[in-house]
Amino acid sequence: MGEFNVHRVRFFDYMPSAIRALAFQPQRERIAVARTDGTVEIFNRADCFFQEKVIPGRQQAATEALAWVGDRLFSAGLNGEIIEYDLDNNKTKYTIDAYGGPIWSITSNKQGTHLAVGCEDGTVKLFEVHEDRIQFERNLAKQKGRIISLSWHPSGSKIVAGMMDVIHIFDTETGKLRALAFPSYDLLGTSRSQECVVWSVVYLSDGTIISGDSAGKVKMWDSRTGTLIKSHQVTKWDVLTLSVSQDETSLAVGTSEGHVVQFQFLSMVLGQEDKEWVRTRTFKNHTHDVRAVLEVNTAIVSGGMDTQFVVRPLLDKIDERGQASALRNIQFPHRRLVSCARKAGLLLFQYPGHLELWRLGESEGNGERKRENTTLSIKRKRWIAYSTVASFRLYRLHCENNNVSIIKVSKLPKVLSSANQICFSSDSSHLFVASTCSSVHVAILNQSGCKFVCTLKPKSGSGQAINLLAASEDGKWLASANSDHEVQIYNLNKMKPHCTVPVHSSGVSAMAIHPTTNNLFMVHADQQLTEYSVEKKQYTDWSRQVQRHGLHSLWLERDTPVTNVTFNPKNPAHIVLHDMYMFCIIDQTLPLPDQRSQFYNQLTLRSMPEKERKKHSHAFKMCKIFKELLFVELMEDQSLVVVERPLMDITAQLPAPVRQKKFAT
Amino acid sequence: MAALYESYTLCALADTGPEGTRAIEPDRDRDRVVITESGRAVTVYKVSDQKPLGSWTVKQGQCITSPAVYNPPTKEYVVVTDEKVVRVWKDEDISIEKAFKATVSAEVYRLHSVPDREPLVLFRHGAVRFLDSLLAAPQQTIEEVLSEEEVIRWSAAVQMEQQLVLLFSTEQRGQHCLYVQRFSPNALVKHRLETDSTNSTPLSYAATYRDGNIHLLYLCNGSVYESVLQARPTVPAVSGTVQALPRSLLLKLPVGEGELTAASALPVDESHIAVVGVPHPLAGAGKDYLCLWNTHFQTLQAARELAGKIYGQLWCFSGKLFVPHGKILSVIPFECQKSSLAAAMGKLKQTSGTNESSGPTLVPTWNALLHSNQTQTQENSRGVGSEKEVQKQVEEFLHGSQPEELQLTAGRLASALVMRCQADPTFYPQAAFTQLVQTNYLCHSGCPDLLVLTLEKNDFRLCQLCLQLFQDIPEAVTCCCLKTILSFQDSELEQVDLEDGLLFMKALTQTAEVSDDGDSGQHNGFCPPVLEEEICDAPPDSEAPGTRPAREPLALDMSCPVGLHKGALLNEVLQVPYSDSLLLPHLKDLNVPQVLLFLQYLRFLYLKYSQDAHSRIPALRKPTVTQIMDWVCLLLDAHFTVLALTPEAKSLLTSLHKFVRSQVKLYSELGKIEGSLEALKKSKQSREIGQYSIEVIELF
Repeated sequence: MGEFNVHRVRFFDYMPSAIRALAFQPQRERIAVARTDGTVEIFNRADCFFQEKVIPGRQQAATEALAWVGDRLFSAGLNGEIIEYDLDNNKTKYTIDAYGGPIWSITSNKQGTHLAVGCEDGTVKLFEVHEDRIQFERNLAKQKGRIISLSWHPSGSKIVAGMMDVIHIFDTETGKLRALAFPSYDLLGTSRSQECVVWSVVYLSDGTIISGDSAGKVKMWDSRTGTLIKSHQVTKWDVLTLSVSQDETSLAVGTSEGHVVQFQFLSMVLGQEDKEWVRTRTFKNHTHDVRAVLEVNTAIVSGGMDTQFVVRPLLDKIDERGQASALRNIQFPHRRLVSCARKAGLLLFQYPGHLELWRLGESEGNGERKRENTTLSIKRKRWIAYSTVASFRLYRLHCENNNVSIIKVSKLPKVLSSANQICFSSDSSHLFVASTCSSVHVAILNQSGCKFVCTLKPKSGSGQAINLLAASEDGKWLASANSDHEVQIYNLNKMKPHCTVPVHSSGVSAMAIHPTTNNLFMVHADQQLTEYSVEKKQYTDWSRQVQRHGLHSLWLERDTPVTNVTFNPKNPAHIVLHDMYMFCIIDQTLPLPDQRSQFYNQLTLRSMPEKERKKHSHAFKMCKIFKELLFVELMEDQSLVVVERPLMDITAQLPAPVRQKKFAT
Repeated sequence: MAALYESYTLCALADTGPEGTRAIEPDRDRDRVVITESGRAVTVYKVSDQKPLGSWTVKQGQCITSPAVYNPPTKEYVVVTDEKVVRVWKDEDISIEKAFKATVSAEVYRLHSVPDREPLVLFRHGAVRFLDSLLAAPQQTIEEVLSEEEVIRWSAAVQMEQQLVLLFSTEQRGQHCLYVQRFSPNALVKHRLETDSTNSTPLSYAATYRDGNIHLLYLCNGSVYESVLQARPTVPAVSGTVQALPRSLLLKLPVGEGELTAASALPVDESHIAVVGVPHPLAGAGKDYLCLWNTHFQTLQAARELAGKIYGQLWCFSGKLFVPHGKILSVIPFECQKSSLAAAMGKLKQTSGTNESSGPTLVPTWNALLHSNQTQTQENSRGVGSEKEVQKQVEEFLHGSQPEELQLTAGRLASALVMRCQADPTFYPQAAFTQLVQTNYLCHSGCPDLLVLTLEKNDFRLCQLCLQLFQDIPEAVTCCCLKTILSFQDSELEQVDLEDGLLFMKALTQTAEVSDDGDSGQHNGFCPPVLEEEICDAPPDSEAPGTRPAREPLALDMSCPVGLHKGALLNEVLQVPYSDSLLLPHLKDLNVPQVLLFLQYLRFLYLKYSQDAHSRIPALRKPTVTQIMDWVCLLLDAHFTVLALTPEAKSLLTSLHKFVRSQVKLYSELGKIEGSLEALKKSKQSREIGQYSIEVIELF
């Protein structure tokens, strides 16, 4: 296949934010993740935990908790505001102030009619959920001290609140403290000298209340009598979070030493009805505080200070070995944070608050590099365009010798206010901006500036946001993919929708239009590869062959999605893909690997004489010699750019964990 | 050896605050002293009678500013009151008031009596006069040698053979100087005294004349320094330049935590100094001690605790120390013998008259110990007493003695017993010897004949004990033991109880049987070398591999060539410390059968050890592999030519050779493995990747 010059780049200091809260929407199997930088991410459990949406937020929001009400997602934070998200367009829908000081918790009742928030001022505030807004209903009896945690009873008539040293039960009908309130929490077991924070409470339908506290204990209480049933010392440090499964038979506990402990509601004697909560398993997948856990049917999902999103399958609930039974550890976003000007050799890194533009070294050996600190998001050739939550910006880039300068384009069409995706045509004459409701705005770029042309709208009328855009090399076609898994192709000559690619069950994680054949190559979250001929409006032969033949199991078992697709300008049969752990060149002229054949065969081929190689080689040229990859692209001059971000470097930037490492533990 | 004798009180002291004027001066004979006290009284005492002979006081309002001295030529006493009035009186005068007095024109610092000469008068500003010349013209002008701020701290007159020298030290703004006034011709030389830092003021001075030089001693910061002044200055003093006086540290006193405030050091002879006001090195921080130190050997010779306040004053006249403390003045006779190392270490031969001088000593001395309690035991061991009685006495003695005494006496006692055994062949107190050896205080050099005696008496149990516990057995004796043990018949040794050593041997031979039965014992990677040898040396034969173990000569040889008891004793010999070059000539004394037997035994041990057998045997003492190998090498070195010519030795030597060769091979292979593992480790280390690099990869 040949040799490649590789620009091995390690100066993208990408640093993910810690996970603060998790919430599960059981009907649609979506998991919402709140990070400390204010971002909310939506993962689709049914689609290999693919990161479908990313809703940017502000760090000042200091999101503390998330709550689903049906399909609607709410968050509350220490800035005292409740946010509802517009999940179609990946943005904040509205924000209302709860007027209770910082909010520590938000939770909805099972009926989906009310939201309760726990505030710093000691009030539990009930909000009624309306069609398009939420409406403050009343305060429950005000307490002294902040409300740290809340949980509704499944009946919706009672709510339990965890505070400092105390647990209270409120009647939601009357708003009063229940007669059988709890005795002071610390009377039972915890030391009086230290304040005990009830970090998390769970109210079960049988009236049991489970609490997790800063003394490292998980306690089961009887809410009718207010007595302690059982206390489990889970950790020396804090128990930060609790999550009970839908059927209330399993409880996941997150601790600040990075362990997740599972309790199960089991009968102590076989065949008898009497059941007890029994500590069953301990998972040690985190190095830092576990700030949030979820019991998601067959798996325990956890996240915390170490920024990892860990899916730990419960093997007793999974019958067959496969995707679902593997431990999944999501560290990088399922989208590109790097864009690249293939001809100019420029790299653009997207940080949460700024952009960095780098030029690749030209000389062999010691690559020279320049560093420009600009603030931006996507570009091609002589333009840089970026969009924040609030605004859209376009810059003209001048790059002569070693001088790089940018000039802001001042007059932009009003319609370009905010974008989910931005894409330039290959000759830089057009700009495509993905906007709300799957629409794409088209603008012409020339010396004088930027001129709006028209808006492309899909036939289907889907309201989902576009998460990928791809323009063809000849400037004739534009493809867009949204989070409903729809892929729409537009004819740019006519400025009309051309066709819709048949909907696949899994979302598109990367796609690109082939420069010579105009085939749209798509990689899905479930690792399937499809190639669709735009002109013929059908899947190509190669694509059908892949479907018939099936992909190698080792390819399907990879647990990170492909996030970039590029083509080799010198050899049209070559397609370059990468995920977090590997990059791969698919040679469409070679046979697909057999299920029995060796999939990772590069070492074997290397050791073979030239003539025999042909016999053993297959279409997938896998390369795993690099550390964790954020981006791989084949440049115009055939050289590869590899942006690595070793996890070690991320770990090194995390604060020290509370757990002290001891010998042999 | 120096000693302090019983002290007695000369007189009670008046409780006055400033002790500045308290002084003791020698009187006309050795037994009389003049004591000036409390600024007003002068008393003459007969020391041996502790009786005052005469006492004079000055009138109320007057104050003695310079202590009274005796003027030998005129047989008069002289004192200075109120700094300027010189009073002279005789023994028979009843009152000073009626005696001769003269007022001088300058303030007098001190009077100094000089044997057979007129006293010297030192004025406050450094001028010096003889008393007679001063009294001839009392109002003569006195020149000012010292500046206004320079204050005299101490002065002394030193009489040399021909010459008189007056020394005085001064202080000026923290700087200390020493002036040396010589007479006829008059010359004043100034020296600077070195002090460690500005605030270290010398606490006391003392000057003595010895061997043609003046030795100035001063105590400063807990250290006693000595400066030597030549009686006749070789270089005439150059005016204007003040030379620093070279000094040497004579003695570093144990100061403890506190700072010395009132202390004094006084040389009592050329190698001893008496120190008062400094803590005893063993007695904590209390400073109320009078100590006699030997400066040659830096040893504390004698010490005496003193009751009451210490004033830091000390005088010494005719073999007696005068120390004021509390409210009394004590006289402490002392004796300093000519110092020698033996005396310093407390090992001086006791002379007949020493009993009277057995002063209270804090350090137990060799002789004191040897001549006290155990003499009787020793007597018994020398002549009379049966074995049982001796044993009983030894037991009692061991129970009743302090460890440090035992250290000294155990050897003597054992030597005495050995001597008696040698004289009387029927006498052999085995139990007593065993007890003495087991004290751990006995060593070979302390009782050189004991080990040989045990060999003579065939007492191998005691011999084993000695080999175990003595660390200083000469190589000749070790060899002698070895020879005796090797030449003894196994059957004769069987009755000896060798305890632990025997258990080790039993375990060793038992494992031999086990490993003979199967190859299970060989699990440490030890490959019987013969296998390899055969593969290498012999042509590849058609023999089935199963038959090979039967052909292993080493496996056949795994029986112990000596009896268990002999083996246990030999093990003890192997563990005795030795040095190669000294052992080698003595090893040549062994005859060929002995050498062969010993070599066979060593080979047996080595093979056993190679099979990891020894590590599984719990034993307190067992020879190490290195010890075994060293002995093999030594034995071969000593007897190589003989062995080469002895036909019986041939098989033994070849088997040793093969074994060693296989071992060498094994270790070289291990070395190779180590090297390759190291290389593996190195290759695993990922190379450092910078932030950016351009590389080339190849895909196939």
